[in-house]
Amino acid sequence: MEHHHPVEPLPRGPVDSDVDLRIDGRAQRVHDPVILGAIAVGGAIGAAARYLVGLGWPTPPGGFPVSTLIINVIGCGLIGILMVLVTDVLTRQRLLRPFLGTGVLGGFTTFSTYAVDIQQLVTGRNAGIALLYLATTVVGALLAVRASVSATRALITWRTR
Amino acid sequence: MTRLLLVIAGGLVGAPLRYVADRAVQSRHDSLFPWGTFSVNIVGSLILGFLAGASSALPHGVQLLVGTGFCGALTTYSTFSYETIRLYEDRARFLAVANVTASIVAGLGSVFLGAAVSQAIWG
Repeated sequence: MEHHHPVEPLPRGPVDSDVDLRIDGRAQRVHDPVILGAIAVGGAIGAAARYLVGLGWPTPPGGFPVSTLIINVIGCGLIGILMVLVTDVLTRQRLLRPFLGTGVLGGFTTFSTYAVDIQQLVTGRNAGIALLYLATTVVGALLAVRASVSATRALITWRTR
Repeated sequence: MTRLLLVIAGGLVGAPLRYVADRAVQSRHDSLFPWGTFSVNIVGSLILGFLAGASSALPHGVQLLVGTGFCGALTTYSTFSYETIRLYEDRARFLAVANVTASIVAGLGSVFLGAAVSQAIWG
């Protein structure tokens, strides 16, 4: 299968899934309003979904923040699939990465809540739960990205063979 | 419904601000280390830590708008994890480990700092 790339991509795409300077440009200071709009709408959808999951699955004070863990791990699994797709298959879909990756998944997952969850557990003398939550989130998130990237790449290779 | 709209309004601003800030930081350095995402995660954690320390002093609407919506969308776990895996794949394994360690240490540090500042203000 022959690939047509709008720009010369790195074999594995950008390190930062939010900003690809080869596409977004390094020198220009102006921001494409369509891209910014797609990110804003996506971010609003992602944040709303995160809020609703938290409402449906609230964490009791001092308890293990299951909903934030699930949100972050699922978001990491989905970014892995998305980035392989936009790098290898859907290379002409200009708004897909900004809308779904930077917007929806960036708005859905959260680093600040993760950090505050840990701080609240530590101050509430639940350091054990805090440590467990800290570790399971990092390990779960990284495994989710790794697994989804590998699985999606394998699926594409198998389909294009 | 009003609560959901506050979260949406925060997300509407937080996510594009992450992009603009990330891009500004990324275009100012040439290293592989993802300073852009690192920076927004630390700043977002500082603000959310401040809000958490002021939870009794500030109305719930502010928590939803600025905390859940804005800070939640400004910061990201998916980009952070994706970058870490990409660094690891590119054999920049030290940077991958450094990204995880530095983000968690600095993120927690800024939450505690933010909470301490708001507690100093509102006691």
